Amino acid sequence: MANLKFLTDKCKGCGLCVEVCPKKVLALATDKINLKGHHPVEAVNPDSCIACAFCATMCPDCIITVER
Amino acid sequence: MVVFEKPHALTDVPMHYCPGCTHGIVHRLVAEVIDELGIEGKTIGIAPVGCSVMAYNYFNCDMIEASHGRAPAVATGVKRALPENVVFTYQGDGDLASIGMAETVHAAARNENITVIFINNAIYGMTGGQMAPTSLPGQITQTSPYGRDTNHCGFPVKICEMLSQVDGAEYLERVAVNNVKNVKNAKKAIKKAFENQINGKGFSLVEVISSCPTNWGLTPKKALEWIDEKMIPYYPLGVYKDRSAKEAE
Amino acid sequence: MADKVLMKGNEAIAEAAIIAGCRHYFGYPITPQTEIAAYMAKRMPKIGGCFLQAESEVAAINMVYGVSSTGHRVMTSSSSPGISLKSEGLSYLAGADLPALVVNVQRGGPGLGGIQPSQSDYYQATKAGGHGDFRMLVLAPASVQEMADLTVKGFELADKYRMTSMILADGTMGQMMEPVSLQYDVKEMPEKKWATTGTNMEREHNIVNSLFLQPDELEKSNIERFERYKYIEENEAMYEEYMMDDAEICIAAFGIASRVAKNAIVEARKKGIKVGMIRPITLWPFPNKPFLKASEKAHTFISVELSMGQMIDDVKLATKCRGEYVLCNRVGGMIPSPEEVLLAIETANKNGGAK
Repeated sequence: MANLKFLTDKCKGCGLCVEVCPKKVLALATDKINLKGHHPVEAVNPDSCIACAFCATMCPDCIITVER
Repeated sequence: MVVFEKPHALTDVPMHYCPGCTHGIVHRLVAEVIDELGIEGKTIGIAPVGCSVMAYNYFNCDMIEASHGRAPAVATGVKRALPENVVFTYQGDGDLASIGMAETVHAAARNENITVIFINNAIYGMTGGQMAPTSLPGQITQTSPYGRDTNHCGFPVKICEMLSQVDGAEYLERVAVNNVKNVKNAKKAIKKAFENQINGKGFSLVEVISSCPTNWGLTPKKALEWIDEKMIPYYPLGVYKDRSAKEAE
Repeated sequence: MADKVLMKGNEAIAEAAIIAGCRHYFGYPITPQTEIAAYMAKRMPKIGGCFLQAESEVAAINMVYGVSSTGHRVMTSSSSPGISLKSEGLSYLAGADLPALVVNVQRGGPGLGGIQPSQSDYYQATKAGGHGDFRMLVLAPASVQEMADLTVKGFELADKYRMTSMILADGTMGQMMEPVSLQYDVKEMPEKKWATTGTNMEREHNIVNSLFLQPDELEKSNIERFERYKYIEENEAMYEEYMMDDAEICIAAFGIASRVAKNAIVEARKKGIKVGMIRPITLWPFPNKPFLKASEKAHTFISVELSMGQMIDDVKLATKCRGEYVLCNRVGGMIPSPEEVLLAIETANKNGGAK
């Protein structure tokens, strides 16, 4: 069972993690705004996560922790 | 089990880079390598002038902020004073390939035992998107508003190709950080550049083709695609020099 | 003294630097200071030090910046055009509060100028070493012995105040030979907790930096630095007074000019003219107090300079412009003769301070 943690307030909403996820786990939360004023990433299909860490690999702000 | 987390050598300070800017990825790769080699306590980093001027806030090792283009000279001083420590510079294209060209070439010529991380994003980011020494022919920037005219302002500088002709240089590789595979390769190259220093092999430079979505006027995703479409064809990835490997053949 | 050796001024600087514990030298060839580099190139490898010929003066001063960041004593030397190239680095050293020793063996300018002695970098050294608000400790030797003494002193002051000490010599001082004694009780370096030597995972990371993007923080750092400068101005001014007790005419001269002036003073005294000299040894901080005191008795101040009149401004400021001021100068590599200085003294004596 994979587990994703986000430092939501450091997210800049660039969406690179969303693009790279092979399982469509992630999406930008269009109904939320973080401290920086961005729509932060969130896991919309967490059960599909395979902990490949592609999202974290492409995240420029190092806000994602991936656990398995 | 943790599959992926922030490396220790990276501080918790939020980075000031624009959304989708790949500087952050390269910072993390450098920090991961520092962690894996267990060298944080003896590493001294040199920040440039440019977008990554505040890199000194993002690495947990000791840091020095150099004047524009002079990071290799500063690193030379540090390494000569502390030869047992690990010294790296982190420089952009304006810093390394324009104003600091002399310092770059001569540090390589001396085979200065330092590691150079060179970010090539074909633009001056911090000042708002002016033409860089690495801007592509025809590239529109604030100071080449009609596209870079090579008849007027010359051609881009290819650092890896140029330095490969310098006898002193030990290791030169060009990588990119526009997809997962390239990021993994970039990390391997960065790790090798640090290991070379630890093993006393000398001047090791990794040129990282990086994106600047803001000043390229592209979304973060499109900017990564632009690297594949425009940057890599002009700046082919690969090892340009690996003296030790060649000698071992 | 038996321990005296005959040395060129440039060599005396180099050997004194080594005695002071300097093990890192970076430079670029330029006349008339090149003997310093040549001496270091010979000596440093024998004592485990580092001599490195840099690709430019710009690179050399930044290598200095790197070594200084690690807390080690370090120096560079050059002559006038090369110092202009170093001014970027001098400003960064000041902004990052790093100690260093920089030697300027001056030659005539502006531009490429010539290779003969000059003092025309006085303004540059004392007032405009680079961009931004900052000072350097400026030490002006007038003998080969002082070339050595002030080098040792320069390192000590640089470490004490975390700033650049500049030896402002000239081509004559660099090239001439005199007997020197190199016996020093060098003070121990202060602890440098700010140095970037690696955290060893035992402390927070140190950052050597001159960037302050918040204006209030930058203002604060400037004000703090100038509080230090104020203390230096009150405590570190050095000068020599020569026949000043009854002087009605006061000569101001440093370096080679002061030696010429001394000869002229001796001749003038023979003619009964009450003339003396204040020789600044530190050009910054400028020795204001003895000049102000001299202005109580002296009606005329003669500034003897190898420039178009630069130090004379500081003499006027120190004496609150209450005397008569005469410039006795030669430039371009020319040196005023004792006769020229004597003529200036005699003229001043005849005028008696009248305009």
